[in-house]
Amino acid sequence: MRNQEIISYKMDWVTVALYASIVFLGWLNIYAVTYDQSANLSIFSLQINSGRQLLFIAGGTIIIMGILIMDMRFYETFAYVIYGFIMFLLLLVPIIGKEVGGNKAWLGIGSFGVQPSEFAKFATALAVAKYMGSVGFKMDQMRNQVILFVMIGIPMVLILLQKDTGTALVFTVFTLVFFREGMSPLLIIMGVVAAIIFILTLLVNEYYLFTAIGVILVAAIMLGKKKWKRIAFLSAGALLICSVIVSVDYVVNNVLKPHQQNRVKALINPDADPLGFGWNVTQSKIAIGSGGFTGKGFLKGTQTKFDFVPEQSTDFIFCTIGEEHGWLGSLFTMALFIGLMLRIIFLAERQKNRFARVYGYSVACIFFFHFAINIGMTIGLFPVIGIPLPFFSYGGSGLWGFTILLFILLKLDIHRSQVLQRM
Amino acid sequence: MNEGRREIIQIVFVLVGVVFLIKLFFIQVVDSRYKQLADSNAIRAEVDYPVRGLIKDRNGKLIVYNTPEFDLNIIHKEVKSFDSARFCEVFSKTPEELRLLFKELKARREYSSVKPTIFLTKLSTLDFAKIQDNIDEFPGFYIQARSTRAYTAKAGANAIGYVSEISKGQLERDKTGIYKQGDYIGQSGIEAYYEEFLRGQRGVRFKLRNVDGVEKGSFKNGAIDTLSIPGQDITTTLDLDLQEYGEYLLNGKAGSIIAIEPSSGEILAMVSGPTYDPNLLTGKNYSSNYVLISNDTNKPLFNRPLMAQYRPGSIFKIAQAMVALQEKVITPETRFRCDRSIINCHGPHSNEDLRGAITHSCNPYFHAALRRMLNKGVSNNPFDDTRIGLEEWNKHIRSFGLGKPLGIDLPNEKGGLVPSPAYYDRAYGGRPWKFSNIYSIAIGEGENLVVPLQMANFAATIANKGYYIIPHLVKAVGETGKPLPKYMEKHYTTIDSSHFRVAADAMQQVVESGTGSYRGKLQDIVVCGKTGSVQNEPRPDHSVFIAFAPKENPKIAVSVYVEYGGQGARAAASIATLMIEKYLYGATKRPQIEEYVLRGKFLN
Repeated sequence: MRNQEIISYKMDWVTVALYASIVFLGWLNIYAVTYDQSANLSIFSLQINSGRQLLFIAGGTIIIMGILIMDMRFYETFAYVIYGFIMFLLLLVPIIGKEVGGNKAWLGIGSFGVQPSEFAKFATALAVAKYMGSVGFKMDQMRNQVILFVMIGIPMVLILLQKDTGTALVFTVFTLVFFREGMSPLLIIMGVVAAIIFILTLLVNEYYLFTAIGVILVAAIMLGKKKWKRIAFLSAGALLICSVIVSVDYVVNNVLKPHQQNRVKALINPDADPLGFGWNVTQSKIAIGSGGFTGKGFLKGTQTKFDFVPEQSTDFIFCTIGEEHGWLGSLFTMALFIGLMLRIIFLAERQKNRFARVYGYSVACIFFFHFAINIGMTIGLFPVIGIPLPFFSYGGSGLWGFTILLFILLKLDIHRSQVLQRM
Repeated sequence: MNEGRREIIQIVFVLVGVVFLIKLFFIQVVDSRYKQLADSNAIRAEVDYPVRGLIKDRNGKLIVYNTPEFDLNIIHKEVKSFDSARFCEVFSKTPEELRLLFKELKARREYSSVKPTIFLTKLSTLDFAKIQDNIDEFPGFYIQARSTRAYTAKAGANAIGYVSEISKGQLERDKTGIYKQGDYIGQSGIEAYYEEFLRGQRGVRFKLRNVDGVEKGSFKNGAIDTLSIPGQDITTTLDLDLQEYGEYLLNGKAGSIIAIEPSSGEILAMVSGPTYDPNLLTGKNYSSNYVLISNDTNKPLFNRPLMAQYRPGSIFKIAQAMVALQEKVITPETRFRCDRSIINCHGPHSNEDLRGAITHSCNPYFHAALRRMLNKGVSNNPFDDTRIGLEEWNKHIRSFGLGKPLGIDLPNEKGGLVPSPAYYDRAYGGRPWKFSNIYSIAIGEGENLVVPLQMANFAATIANKGYYIIPHLVKAVGETGKPLPKYMEKHYTTIDSSHFRVAADAMQQVVESGTGSYRGKLQDIVVCGKTGSVQNEPRPDHSVFIAFAPKENPKIAVSVYVEYGGQGARAAASIATLMIEKYLYGATKRPQIEEYVLRGKFLN
């Protein structure tokens, strides 16, 4: 009884309200996608996705209860156990998993299936937070950093084995958490620069790039102090970049699978083959673009309704917002997401121990990655990487995974004053 | 040491959101392209085709109508529990044929398992009632009705024209924006000229389609849909019986027959030989038949009445006579000696007056008459004198509607040629010319060119004693009951009406006692006619005859050209007077003449 009072009194209701709004909007939009005037099925009908999503939402509520009832110390104490268990499940997937839509990412229990990869996110977040919150952890120690990267590397590799590149990439966002906790930004900067060079190489003839790098190199040498050491350093850097450029072609043609190559090409020039590999992005942009400023109105969209956009209930759910609710609807939806992410950072920062704070940042950064990649892909700013929009996209595993992620943080937040200060 | 990193992460979050919103603003608000693309994705305009107007003859007999054709369409995805034995029974197919049909279906370029595709055509030739009763046993199969042109008679193909799919070139030239690829359009004849009345107005239904092209209801519940408006019916001036008779007579010959009602300019019959069966250029086999017809060396698509330009021959002498009388260089009593030293002549005559000269088609007479007209002594210089005379002559001749297209309601009409001083200047390349250079125009040879229609109109003009109404094929468009306004105006020649009495008298003589007397004379009707034999060295002459009848209050004017038919008095005169009999009596009283024409051996 007393426990419940504490929960309701200390619960961060702002986050809960944001969460509930996003889940509710997602549910409405899943209905909008499947809505068929002639069939005239209710939003609650279990024959369509919206009815099933409601079941998932109900299941999510039960999970929330469970998380809140559980002792708050459970999560830190059993972080490694949970992590280990989920990693074990991930290992099982390629062996006993069932195939859905070409990807072997599901573990089936009867007719019911779950995707362990969706739960790997919170498990990894817990493990990383526990490790970083442990006594004696120092971010600037090479050994600690290596262990952290192994911790996020294991689920990445296991998920890559399921051929789910999108979900695997999510784990790279932990570098942002490490950065918050003191890791040098060099790694992130290098990653971003490499990505930019990668894209540039695809866009621009490589000889132009070599020329540009040469010009910059010469300019840098001429402008600065003419010390041998400095010149050698700059030259080595330039050479490194050039070798990256050369390797990009190799990567694109040999490492990436054909469908992945096409996704990258579609990003750069979706008009090259609008009916082939550019189809998804082209149709997605048409759907969103046709919404105009205020949108066509709820259930009035034609592009999403008539299946022009692929994967509309899941990865391309944002098209429905764009088409039916226009720019204003997009603004409102994005405001909710950014509001939620900023609120999570606020919660993370007010935690009294490092475990909770790191966990909080992990939650915020995972949401951010999903949000940025998912919406970026629907409007043609990122390649098509199939990851869901948190709480919005249809699917039980995804919804539950994100719900667990968020409500463990809220549980920690409720009890933040009870923990020993260990910053 | 981690100062400001929280802020950096917050800024990154917000920045990404702002970038997204800017990008969204561009594709949603600034760029209107996506809106159009979305519409073309999901909204398909379905055309509600109007029924094309009917074409009737002058007595209300149907000539062209629309007939429904039924195709069997298949939506392959919807085909369930297909009973092939039963299908073969209902559609009278063998299992082997059915297997082949499916094979062909899938091989087709436009094949899609979710869209209707043609499976069988021309169901109407099968037991259609049985098919209709049993079609519901075959889910996924639908009967689709189309409308094609059909003809009650194999007649008037070149006058009526045909309808076919609009060509790429036509589509590019089209300024109206009405036509789309796959639309049908009148390609020749009345079908082409009266296209805007016949075609009606298309309606359009806007339908929502999903990505597979499957229909998902109407756009805005049909609020902006329109219904089609049927095309207007057209009543032609043709007399179907006369037209068919003309084609019967001209069968196996090249040439043309035109019959006009002089008082109204209405064309009673317009026969082009050889012709083709209009049913060949309708429906499914259009393309293959069109190739056959257009490659035929006899050129059945060449509409001779309007497009074949011939020298007029002796029938032109009547025009010469009218002009000479009008210019007062001769009177009907003027006689010229039949001096055959410059132009040869035929028949035993020596010193005729005007009527006699026409009756016996005396070449030297008209040579002399034209010399008087062109060399009136206005100028002492014979070159200038001829120039002045020719200028006046040209003006008179053109007033008969010669030398330019008359303006019939058909496409591709040729104008012929009436030489003018400017024409001879060009022809002689600036060297001087005078009467002695150009005299062969006196007898309708030389540079003159006419089309058969102009000669029929010429006969009608004489019948009307000095005026004509532009010959036309349509007497009523739609409910107005009237032809186009330009077909109600009288066009007067520059010749006084009184002079035509002389022409009519002479033409009566031609038939009663002159060159046309043997095959042109009728028992109860006074026919006025003139023979012509157009020289075609080394091949035989074209046989030409113009006529009108009866002499008083004429009801029909005719021109007949039979290519390489020899003397005008033979083939052409026979056909012309048979046509007159047919129109006035309903049948000929001279079966031997009809048989002579049908045998077609005019040269021996």
